[in-house]
Amino acid sequence: MKIAIKLFAGLRDRAGTGDLSVELPDGATVKDAIDTAQHNAPKEWTAPTSLMAAINNEFVEFNAALSDGDELALIPPVSGG
Amino acid sequence: MIIITEQPLEPNILTDAVRDDTDGAVITFEGVTRNHNDGRGVEYLEYEAYRPMADEKLQELIDEIKDRWEIDKVAVAHRIGRVDIGELSLVIAVSAAHRRPAFEATLHFIDRLKEIVPIWKKEYFEGGEVWIGDPGSERTTA
Repeated sequence: MKIAIKLFAGLRDRAGTGDLSVELPDGATVKDAIDTAQHNAPKEWTAPTSLMAAINNEFVEFNAALSDGDELALIPPVSGG
Repeated sequence: MIIITEQPLEPNILTDAVRDDTDGAVITFEGVTRNHNDGRGVEYLEYEAYRPMADEKLQELIDEIKDRWEIDKVAVAHRIGRVDIGELSLVIAVSAAHRRPAFEATLHFIDRLKEIVPIWKKEYFEGGEVWIGDPGSERTTA
């Protein structure tokens, strides 16, 4: 299945891109997608411990299952205001 | 009312949006870009938002404070893109029959915004830049 990954802020700077597309086997989780994205990005990056994830605009745990066509956002510490 | 915009914020629009003859209190909070942070001079800030998730989370927070406090209406505006010193990055307006719930709800809203709304702030300080909350992202140009 195909997953669109979006990276933001300092994470995008580290990875060298804000948009990645990854192919994953059925049943793959958010953690699997992150592991793949770390190697597929223009620059290899590491996930900060405080990283959050959202599937289709809803926060999820890293063990959440992905479905074909999902948009997975990797959200480093937010700092609005 | 939820506004995320690259244009300068206009607090009066939000205040007018929440005002009602049944309300004895209107709280307007303005978040302003200050010229210093962590002991060094700040030149300007740059904000980015993940949309539409940021809009949805702001709506969730509005629903959350309306559930918890006796308040009437809520309006919020967040600026994105470059924000210069003295300019507003955030405006929240809350109306209520009485002042205490309006103050408390406004404070809670800001605290939660800084936890769950996908908006990020990059600080351009004298000699470098850093994403706030992500010290490893700091780069110096000096």
